[in-house]
Amino acid sequence: MLNFLARRLASTLPVLLIVSLLVFLMLRLTPGDPAAVLAGDAASTEQIAAIRASLGLDRSIAEQYLIWAGHLLTGDLGQSYYYKTAVTTLIGQRLEPTLSLALITITLAVLVAVPLGVLAAWRFGGWLDKALMGFSVAGFSVPVFVLAYVLIWIVSLKLGWLPVQGYKRLADGAGTWLYHLVLPALTLSVIYIALIARVTRASVLETLGEDYIRTARAKGLPEVKVLMRHALANAAVPIVTVIGIGIALLIGGVVVTESVYAIPGLGRLTVDAVLARDFPTIQGVILLFSFVYVLVNLLVDLSYVFFDPRIRY
Amino acid sequence: MKMHRRTAIALALAAGATLATSAAQAQNNVLRVVPHSNLAILDPIWTTAYMSRNHGYMIYDTLFGTDENAKIKPQMVESWTESPDHRLWTFKLRKGLEFHDGKPVTGEDVIASLQRWGKRDAMGSALFQFVQKMDSPAPDTFRIFLGEACGFVLEALGKPSSNVPFIMPKRIAETDAFKQIEEHIGSGPYMFKKDEFKPGDKAVYVKNPKYVPRNEPPSGSAGGKRVFVDRVEWNLALRDAQAQVNALKNGEVDIVEALGFDHYETVKADTTLQLPKYSNFGLQYMGRFNHLHKPFDNAKVRQAAIAAMTQEPFLRAQVGVKSLYRACPSMFICNTPYGSTAGSDLQAKSNMKKAQELLKASGYDGTPIVIMKPTDLAAIQKLPDVAAQLLRQAGFKVDLQAMDWQTLVGRRAKKDAPEKGGWHMFFTSWGAFDVWSPIANPTMDTRGEKSGWFGWATDDKMVELRNQFMRATDEGEKKKLADQMHARAFEIGTHAPLGEYDQPMAARKNISGFFVTNSNIYWNLKKN
Repeated sequence: MLNFLARRLASTLPVLLIVSLLVFLMLRLTPGDPAAVLAGDAASTEQIAAIRASLGLDRSIAEQYLIWAGHLLTGDLGQSYYYKTAVTTLIGQRLEPTLSLALITITLAVLVAVPLGVLAAWRFGGWLDKALMGFSVAGFSVPVFVLAYVLIWIVSLKLGWLPVQGYKRLADGAGTWLYHLVLPALTLSVIYIALIARVTRASVLETLGEDYIRTARAKGLPEVKVLMRHALANAAVPIVTVIGIGIALLIGGVVVTESVYAIPGLGRLTVDAVLARDFPTIQGVILLFSFVYVLVNLLVDLSYVFFDPRIRY
Repeated sequence: MKMHRRTAIALALAAGATLATSAAQAQNNVLRVVPHSNLAILDPIWTTAYMSRNHGYMIYDTLFGTDENAKIKPQMVESWTESPDHRLWTFKLRKGLEFHDGKPVTGEDVIASLQRWGKRDAMGSALFQFVQKMDSPAPDTFRIFLGEACGFVLEALGKPSSNVPFIMPKRIAETDAFKQIEEHIGSGPYMFKKDEFKPGDKAVYVKNPKYVPRNEPPSGSAGGKRVFVDRVEWNLALRDAQAQVNALKNGEVDIVEALGFDHYETVKADTTLQLPKYSNFGLQYMGRFNHLHKPFDNAKVRQAAIAAMTQEPFLRAQVGVKSLYRACPSMFICNTPYGSTAGSDLQAKSNMKKAQELLKASGYDGTPIVIMKPTDLAAIQKLPDVAAQLLRQAGFKVDLQAMDWQTLVGRRAKKDAPEKGGWHMFFTSWGAFDVWSPIANPTMDTRGEKSGWFGWATDDKMVELRNQFMRATDEGEKKKLADQMHARAFEIGTHAPLGEYDQPMAARKNISGFFVTNSNIYWNLKKN
C-alpha cells in the first residue's frame, strides 16, 4: 500500500511538469497581450511596450519559462500581472468559497442522489424509477444559468427566503455562510444529483441480480439491510468514482454559478485571468487544478480498498 | 440577586432589539455599489482604466475640478495668479489639506505628483513640453514656470478623466512613473482599506473624517465633496447584468453603476428603484481606421467609409432606448466648450448613394477591410456588425473577425499589415471628457507612427493646428482653432464619430443626493 502511495505521488511530478510546460507554451502562443490589457484603452504603443518590458515579456519564451519554473521550485507561483498580488495569495483568497460550494453541493447531491438511485433500482420500472429517469434527463438538459435565474426569481425575489447573490466567509458565522450558499449549491447540485442517481441506479440494479442478494433475501434479511448492506456496498465503486470526479470538477471552478451568484471563487478567478491574459495566475490555477485531479483520483483509488476488500495495492 | 424569568427574557429581547437596530443603523451607513467593471490596478496614473480613475477619485483630491458644464473650477487650490505673459503661474493651496497619514499637503507633494502624471498622461506630457520648471516657495504654494505661453494649464490641471492629475504624498509620487505605486494614501474624501481589498471580490473605502470640503455645492468633479456615509463597498464579484438587477431589486446592493440597456425599462417600471441623472454629456462611440495600410492610407477611402457610417443605425442597434442616445456631429462632444459641427456634413448629411460615389471616386481596389469585433464586450459588441453591413452596402469588401476584447486590445497595438495579423478598423467608446478637448482627444494627434494612439494618422496641417491650439490663450481663438481642427479631422478622415449615449445608472429609492458628476463619483450621497 505504501509503495503504491509513493509511486502514485511520485507520478504526479511528471504530470505537473508536462501540464506546466503545455500551459506556459499555449498561453504564449495564443493572441492577446497582457501589457495592452493593463495599460488601458487610451494608452499609447510606447506605454504598452514599456509595460511589456517591465513584465519581462520581451524575453524569449524559454527564458521566461526557466525563470518561472525556478520560482515554482521554491513554491512561488509568481505575481499576478493584473492584480500585482502573489498568485498564492489570490488562490488562497478564492479557495474557501470554491471549497465551500463544492462541499455543500456534493454533500447535498450524495444525500439526495444515492437513496433515490437505490430506490429507483429497487422499484425498477415503477413510477419512482420513471420519475427519477425523467428528472435525470431534465437535470442534464437544463442549463445551470437558467436553473439559477429561475431559483433566484422564486426563492429570493418572490419568497424572499434567501439572498440573490454574495458569499460570506465561514469566519463571519456558520449560519450566514450557509445562508448564502444554499441557493448556489442547490442550483449546482441538480446536475450532480441526476448523474449520481443514474449511476447508483444502474450499479445497484446490476448487483440486485447477483446470487448473494438472492441468498440474503432467502435468509430473511429485511429489505433495507439487503439494499444497504449488500446491494449498495457492492455497487459502491462506480458511485464513488463518479462522486470523486464530481468533487474534482467542482473544485476546478464552476464559472457560471459563481458568476450568477457573485461568488468570488477559483472559477471566476480563472476566467478573469484568462480575459486579462494574466499568465502567472492562469498557470498557477491550472497547476492547482491538475494537482487536485491527481489527488482526488488517488483518494478514489484508495477508497476502493474500503468498499471492496478484494482490491489490494 | 435574583432576576425574574420574565424580566430576564424582556431584557434579553431589548438587548437583541438594540443590537438589531445598531446593526441596521450601521448597515444604513454603508453604501453598497456595483461598479461597471473589476478594480485591478490601484494606481490611476499608471493606467488609463476608468475603474482605476474612479478609485482615484475616492481617495485622492485634485487641484482643479471640472464642473457639470465642463468649466474648470478650483478644488485643492484656493487662489492662483497668471503673469501677463502667461508664463508664470502661482497657485496657493487651501488651508487644512491633509493626507490620510496625517501629513499636510504641500507644494512639494503637488510638484512630485504633477511630474509623475506628466510622464504618463497625453495632456500632461503636452503640458510638460512647455514647463520649464516648478517650485514651491512656501509649503502652501507652488509655481509653474513655462518656457512659452500655453493656453491649457488649467484645463490640464483640472482634467477630469484618465489620467487625472491626482495629488499624492511626495514620497509616493516619486515612484517611477512606469512602476505601480504600493501605498494608497491621498487627501481625498475617502480612505482606502487596503486590508479589506480582495481583488475581484470587494474594495472598501471609509469616510475621511479630516477632509475639509469646499463650501460650494458639488458639481462634476468640482465643488464640495461632502461624505454622508461611513463606508462605501464596491462589489467587484457581481458582474452578471441580470444578477446585478436582481440584487438591486432585493435590496442587497444600493447602486448599479452601469445598468445594461436591456434592463432599463424594467428598472424604470420598478417603484422601489430610480434612474438618477448623473451626466450631461454621456459617452461617444467611435470607429477608428488604421491609417498605415491600404486602403485606409487613402483619405478618400476613409471619407467614403465615414459617409457610409451614419450614426443612427449604430445607436439604434447598440443602445436601443431612444431616450438614451442622440446623433451628434461633433468629434468634441455636443454642448461642450469646443463642440463643433465644422466639416461634419460629410457624415451628418450623408446617404448611401453619396458614400458609394465617394468610394468609386477614391480608387478603392477591393482590399477586404479587416474589422475586429469583440464578442465579449456587450457595451460595443454590435457596432462592428452595423459597420460591416453599411460598408458592404457602400461597396467595401469586409472581413469581420470575431475575437475577445483582450485579443483585440493586443492586436490593435500591432502596426503590421492586416494580412499579417494587423487590422483595418476597430470600435470603442469614450467618456465625453476623454475626447472633448482637442488636446486630450487622442485622435487629434496626427504625428503618424509617433502619435500616441492606435491608428497612427499622419497630417502635418493638423499637427500645426494642434500646436497653435496649445499656445492660444484667448478663448475665442481657441474655439476658432478647435473648429478648424474639427473640419480638418473630417477632411482627412481621422475616425468616424458614431454618436453619443448616456450610460444609465440604477439605484434604490432610499439613496439621495445624486448630482451631475459626468463620471462615477460617490460623495454627497445619503442613504435613508
